[in-house]
Amino acid sequence: MALSGMRGLSVFISDVRNCQNKEQERLRVDKELGNVRTRFKNEKGLSPYEKKKYVWKMLYIYMLGYDVDFGHMEAVSLISAPKYPEKQVGYIVTACLLNENHDFLRLAINTVRNDIIGRNETFQCLALTLVGNIGGREFAESLAADVQKLLISSSCRPLVRKKAALCLLRLYRKNPDVVNVDGWADRMAQLLDERDLGVLTSSMSLLVALVSNNHEAYWSCLPKCVKTLERLARNQDIPQEYTYYGIPSPWLQVKTMRALQYFPTVEDPNTRRSLFEVLQRILMGTDVVKNVNKNNASHAVLFEALALVMHLDAEKEMMSQCVALLGKFIAVREPNIRYLGLENMTRMLMVTDVQDIIKRHQAQIITSLKDPDISIRRRALDLLYGMCDVSNAKDIVEELLQYLSSADFAMREELSLKAAILAEKFAPDLSWYVDVILQLIDKAGDFVSDDIWFRVVQFVTNNEDLQSYAAAKAREYLNKPAIHETMVKVSAYILGEYGHLLARRPGYSPKELFTIIHEKHPTVSTSTIPILLSSYAKILMHTQPPEPELQNQIWTIFNKYESCIDVEIQQRAAEYFALSRKGASLMDILAEMPKFPERQSALIRKAEDAEVDTAEQSAIKLRAQQQMSTALVVTDQRPPNGMPAQPSIGPLSLVKVPSETVDSQNPGDQGLTHPNGVVYKEDPQPPSQDIIGDLLGTLSIEGPPGAVAQSPQSATYEAEGAPSAADAAALVPVGEESGSVQPIGNINERFYALCLKDSGVLYEDPNIQIGIKAEWRAHQGRLVLFLGNKNTASLGSVQALILPPTHLKMELSLVPETIPPRAQVQCPLEVMNLRPSRDVAVLDFSYKFGPTMVNVKLRLPAVLNKFLQPITVSPEEFFPQWRSLSGPPLKLQEVVRGVRPLPLPEMANLFNTYRLTVCPGLDPNPNNLVASTTFYSETTRAMLCLVRIETDPADRTQLRMTVASGDPTLTFELKEFIKEQLVSIPTAPQRPQGPAAPPPPVAQITAPPPAASQDPGALLAGLL
Amino acid sequence: MGIRFILMVNKQGQTRLAQYYEWLTLEERRALEGDIVRKCLARNEQQCSFVEHSNYKIVYRRYASLFFLVGVDNDENELAILEFIHLLVETMDRHFGNVCELDIMFHLEKAHFMLEEMVMNGCIVETSKSNILSPIQLMEKTS
Repeated sequence: MALSGMRGLSVFISDVRNCQNKEQERLRVDKELGNVRTRFKNEKGLSPYEKKKYVWKMLYIYMLGYDVDFGHMEAVSLISAPKYPEKQVGYIVTACLLNENHDFLRLAINTVRNDIIGRNETFQCLALTLVGNIGGREFAESLAADVQKLLISSSCRPLVRKKAALCLLRLYRKNPDVVNVDGWADRMAQLLDERDLGVLTSSMSLLVALVSNNHEAYWSCLPKCVKTLERLARNQDIPQEYTYYGIPSPWLQVKTMRALQYFPTVEDPNTRRSLFEVLQRILMGTDVVKNVNKNNASHAVLFEALALVMHLDAEKEMMSQCVALLGKFIAVREPNIRYLGLENMTRMLMVTDVQDIIKRHQAQIITSLKDPDISIRRRALDLLYGMCDVSNAKDIVEELLQYLSSADFAMREELSLKAAILAEKFAPDLSWYVDVILQLIDKAGDFVSDDIWFRVVQFVTNNEDLQSYAAAKAREYLNKPAIHETMVKVSAYILGEYGHLLARRPGYSPKELFTIIHEKHPTVSTSTIPILLSSYAKILMHTQPPEPELQNQIWTIFNKYESCIDVEIQQRAAEYFALSRKGASLMDILAEMPKFPERQSALIRKAEDAEVDTAEQSAIKLRAQQQMSTALVVTDQRPPNGMPAQPSIGPLSLVKVPSETVDSQNPGDQGLTHPNGVVYKEDPQPPSQDIIGDLLGTLSIEGPPGAVAQSPQSATYEAEGAPSAADAAALVPVGEESGSVQPIGNINERFYALCLKDSGVLYEDPNIQIGIKAEWRAHQGRLVLFLGNKNTASLGSVQALILPPTHLKMELSLVPETIPPRAQVQCPLEVMNLRPSRDVAVLDFSYKFGPTMVNVKLRLPAVLNKFLQPITVSPEEFFPQWRSLSGPPLKLQEVVRGVRPLPLPEMANLFNTYRLTVCPGLDPNPNNLVASTTFYSETTRAMLCLVRIETDPADRTQLRMTVASGDPTLTFELKEFIKEQLVSIPTAPQRPQGPAAPPPPVAQITAPPPAASQDPGALLAGLL
Repeated sequence: MGIRFILMVNKQGQTRLAQYYEWLTLEERRALEGDIVRKCLARNEQQCSFVEHSNYKIVYRRYASLFFLVGVDNDENELAILEFIHLLVETMDRHFGNVCELDIMFHLEKAHFMLEEMVMNGCIVETSKSNILSPIQLMEKTS
């Protein structure tokens, strides 16, 4: 106490401490606040020491949770005090009490700047810290240059420079332009040569922020990071003060590896080798030791190394080491390591090819689901959810169901939603799915949202095989004495619709069904009664011949509700009553519900939203704010409401149109979430259907006839801009804006490279990387798009549309709307080739990062040669074929000029990479080349194609090409395809040497050349 | 951004130090501190040191009667933060000699000085204890 020398402060603190309760505390604090206020008012008598004391008291009071706005001015004014102790208090307390938007702070800019550019190191440090903690945009504009100077100044001591680094980080976040200085990236790289570990630690944080936005600009920093990591790992030149329990600054190691995770790959082989050596050492050399701190520190490094290895995803062996380590971790006793093991294993799911290894740990993970620690249980749930697929869905979902009854309330909703989704996604058979959902409702009805039971009804309606099974199940549940209201709803609905299918079984007569449903009637709320009424009406309809007794019972109920205050119930009762007196016509009116149109599960959509809501939201939210400030600079030209003046939708509208049409036929998805929980506005029949049937079909389930008049509703729906149309429109301004997000690498080159190989990167920009992996089998293909978010913020509004050419049937699986930070999602794309064509499919991809929409159109490498299978034919097979395909249109010949000159072996290689097998020796002329292949499509099936190229050694820029196959289109398309490759040869896995050919890329289609007017087949045969 | 706040709270749930690196209103702070403290203080020794709370992951550590709670982003390296807490405690130990709750309470300004040297804008600035403590020592010498 003597040290701080502020007796008044100590007295006050101990007074507060001695308060017996909150009320006493408040009285004491109020008294003090009054005191401070008066003292500040009569400022004249206030010595700097006193002022300092009062400002500390304010901070203390603020920490207790009381407002001290009146004192902000005093705190800020201390900043300009001449002496260090007062100035320091001013700076520190200001940073605690104020934020960048306070006006007082702006008043202090000049003082702060003077301290920063002044000669006094301690003042510099204080000022830099304040700006680093709460500096806003104005600070960024007026101080950035000075701060940069300090950071790279050689005359400045480390204690100032380390603060300058983090101060600059803050300014950069407020205004990214501050680093748009020539040569900044090089300076940054130089900074990483720093010996002082304090400066290095903060510079590394700065680097992480910079590379997370734009790693391209900072390539030169990559080797420096690896060097730093080596220096630390080898403990070279690390002062004792920076060694923590024998480990060279674990925090700097972690930060450095984090920075490395923002670079997509490490290309330089030497750097790469060094990095993998260090990583290998960390993976292998981290032992469990007794000392807790040492253990934690070394495992902090180890986990970051794991993350980096996963990110690089390069060394197969190392990956399996990682999985093995994680497998060990999730089984240890130490809870922290167990938690982190589960967490990192979930991240690992993003990596391809390890899912199977992870599955081996399923039993252990399920054990963790029952861990006494909720933090661990949550991780286990996430992991199980992530690793679930068709093979283990049954086990996992059953575990989740079992766990549901004992789970914390905090987790139940998430748990039931996840179980429902997994059951739907991976159900091995539909009856199992029905079982799961019913169990879910039974065990956790309160946590089962309407979407879940709507979905099960949809499934049952659409699958006839399922209907009697579901009815029997529903009946079983109704037998239970106390069931959840949601169960009453779903059972009543299913029994009303399908109970009659089981009418022959004992216990399923209409009368019995009615009784068992009606037993629940007294316990249900108004939202369920309409469903019960529908159910009764349906039972009545199915009772053939009519049973007067049952009829009377039900009519009495209808009568009773005809005067119900709830309009929905009243209307149903009145209408059902009237209808049920119509006798036979009731049959049509109350006929079974038609099938629902197939569409995306509302559940899964909801889950996607929910995922954003829960786990990742924090980071997203915060970073979104940061990004916002970033984006202010970038997107100024953008129209304020995000709607373009005149969208030129182009191909998008083509794709969107069908879905809009569907929307207008059934204002579908709205119906599902209709607040009264009953209404299915689904009406799959096209409007051309018998109007009466249509109308009544709707009526049977949907009380108010007002709603039957669908068209006006759907019209407004459309007029207001159907969401899909709006989306489409929203994508458009991107074009103008795309300057803000530039693709990395050449999109064309990437595409051509992918035409030749089956995996690689299709597109990359600072935010996202789209990779492709493809497998081709005959006329079918399976592409997997890997959408990898490179940022630490989520990417939202992700949309991927495939614009397939007419010859390809393509089906893209669901693309999630959001990609979590640093996550990768895989979207399989099924391709079927219908007929030969060179047209190319386009992926229209868009996402939103912060406020910026990015939209790109990318050609997909589902090109003609992917449907070729190399085949080697013998002369005995070749010549008869060649001859039998005797001329156009099955055999086409063309002289191609402007060919890129290639030595023959290279051309042969090129053919082979396109899966056209060159058959050496078939043609005795060494200047010629003969190749064969099989083409697959649905219409042509497997079809042999033969190709012959005759070159002229004197002029390599022209050649004669003959292509033959059993299908005229195929022959033509293949010929054109080969020609395109020969003329442009843009692909070049390694760039072809020599100057670019003079580009007359238009191959001339000419009459048969003078040299060969005969059929080349005959010519060839003659030669042999 | 890394560290978003550092709290020191005693067994009774009273805040002894609060340093935020993002702006929250007084009401938000009160609510947040209440929730976190309730969650963390209810946990036992056998449970892990990480708690997920809405937007944050809390990494916490208990020393006698005092809890150190650090709120971080979801993708922060948890163990590194856990040991950073220990580094903070060791630093305070070096200065106060066997630091206890009362030291922090009655020398709030010093605790703030130390934090000021260690963390800035949510990032770690310095991990060398002597470097962290040198400004304080300098000040004591002069006064």
